[in-house]
Amino acid sequence: MAFSNEQLERYARHIILKEIGVKGQKKLLNGSVLIIGAGGLGAPAAMYLAAAGVGTIGIVDADVVDLSNLQRQIIHAMKDIDKPKVISAKETMEEMNPDVKVNAIQAFVSSENILELIEPYDFIIDGTDNFPAKFLINDACVMAKKPFSHAGIIRFKGQLMTYVPGQGPCYRCVFHEPPPKNAVPTCKEAGVVGAMGGVIGSLQAMEAIKYLTGVGDLLAGRLMTYDAIKMEFRTIKLPHDTSTCPVCGENPTITELIDYEQAACELK
Amino acid sequence: MADYIVDETVDITDVVCPITFVKVKVALEELDVGQILRIRMNDGEPVQNVPRSCKEEGQQVLKLLCNGDGTYDLIVKKLED
Repeated sequence: MAFSNEQLERYARHIILKEIGVKGQKKLLNGSVLIIGAGGLGAPAAMYLAAAGVGTIGIVDADVVDLSNLQRQIIHAMKDIDKPKVISAKETMEEMNPDVKVNAIQAFVSSENILELIEPYDFIIDGTDNFPAKFLINDACVMAKKPFSHAGIIRFKGQLMTYVPGQGPCYRCVFHEPPPKNAVPTCKEAGVVGAMGGVIGSLQAMEAIKYLTGVGDLLAGRLMTYDAIKMEFRTIKLPHDTSTCPVCGENPTITELIDYEQAACELK
Repeated sequence: MADYIVDETVDITDVVCPITFVKVKVALEELDVGQILRIRMNDGEPVQNVPRSCKEEGQQVLKLLCNGDGTYDLIVKKLED
């Protein structure tokens, strides 16, 4: 595959980088990422990956665009209100970069469809806003041996970690099981600064780019937290006890996917 | 007589920074380690930046030849893939 002059110009700042270069840009163009959730995290992640020239981007979300989304979900605009989020996201990405093929999937992820959804992709981004989906994505990625980036944001705080099969703990190793219903407020109840999705979603896009190009160290075996009030990032090394995790451990007790119940307030 | 044999030539006089070095990188990509690339470039910014960028990438700059027409030929040996 030879680059066109337009591609050389579009990706010049990647190609100049010693770590990426011509080879790395080809890896991005041949790479694929599935983004689950076209919201606060998924929006910036999707836009940066489309701009970077990730060749195939899947985006999954069941919702339509609402005015209250526009405070942080920068892939959507006023003209997109009431449009399915995945269609709005696809249109924005394709306007940004015609090199990118976008697969828009308007659906909730569940134990029924998640394995089929993640199967064609090299890397998965969890941009969801609820614990049932986060545990489902983790368990499915562990079972299917897919690397993924977990993230969560609320108020002025965010966190992320990356799971790479065989290279450290999974999300369930660290957080075991969803908190009791209503024990943790959702962003809808608690609020979130819009730019938080930009910070953490962009870090997820960075992890995907690094995974696809093979550059640098991923957040595998580490949890990064960001506190915008204190303006502090922390990176916490995570223990990895392969004997005890019920999904990625040596003797897993969770061998089928679980659809945890959503808190009532999260369902429209 | 030149003490090297040019394997490939790339002309970057038709583009400006940063596409100059992008074209050089694409040309280097096509070569095997040990092969030699001649880069025809304009005076000014390319002459200042491209040799340095080649060195930073781990390639060996052999010569910079003035062509007397406002262009230069940079002779680079590919050392790193």
